[in-house]
Amino acid sequence: MALFRRRVEAKRDGSFLLRLSDDERRLLASLPAQLASVVEADPEDPWLQRLFPTAYPKDPEREEEWRLLMSVDLHDRRRAQLRTLAETSGAATLSAEELLTWSQALNDLRLYLGTRLDLSEETTEDDFSDEDDRDLFNLYSWLGFIQEEVINALSGAL
Amino acid sequence: MAGVAATAPVEVERPEVEDVTVADVPWIVIVWNDPINLMSYVTFVLQKLFGYSKAKATELMLDVHHKGRAVVSSGTREEAEADVFRLHEHGLWATMEKDGLGRPGA
Repeated sequence: MALFRRRVEAKRDGSFLLRLSDDERRLLASLPAQLASVVEADPEDPWLQRLFPTAYPKDPEREEEWRLLMSVDLHDRRRAQLRTLAETSGAATLSAEELLTWSQALNDLRLYLGTRLDLSEETTEDDFSDEDDRDLFNLYSWLGFIQEEVINALSGAL
Repeated sequence: MAGVAATAPVEVERPEVEDVTVADVPWIVIVWNDPINLMSYVTFVLQKLFGYSKAKATELMLDVHHKGRAVVSSGTREEAEADVFRLHEHGLWATMEKDGLGRPGA
């Protein structure tokens, strides 16, 4: 029966109930800081390119200007949304605003892992011979599952 | 009042009118396909950021998915930059360019 229960469920009072195991919550508590430390160590890390994409790919001058103006803000927002995910990973329920932040932070984690694993739309677990990569891919897939549950709950409340 | 300032401002304003015409060409914001973002998430973000209906957002998301890109908004450069920033904040792969103008060196 538990198989069919939604992992994130909208409640009547506008908040959202989380059905996550302790192991899952521990992951959600620790992953954001790991990604934040990758960003801090080297913001130019190519595996982070999807987190900080170009706005003007054909216009290096405007792109430079854009980076100067926007990148501090974007880094701040990313740090804040990752922090919120970690800090609320143990909560029984979330506000709509918190759950929205979860969707962004979960996506940040997926963008990093997906870029690092060089995924295509057809990639499966069997494509990885390296065990660590296979573990990362399974982590990525699980984050996608939780993300789908979050989006499902948020879309219902739109 | 019109009589007093008639001569000089007209001459000064003329080049500005041309500038305005160039500046009026809208900027478009493009979202590109990527293998990572979930289709449901892209649809949700387009609904949330631009107030599109579920049908309209789904149509744009499917354009991104099948054609590789879709124009999701347009406006002044400032408006387009604000949209690109919000899209980046949500992890979508968005860029902006001037509508219909082949830029030199592009």
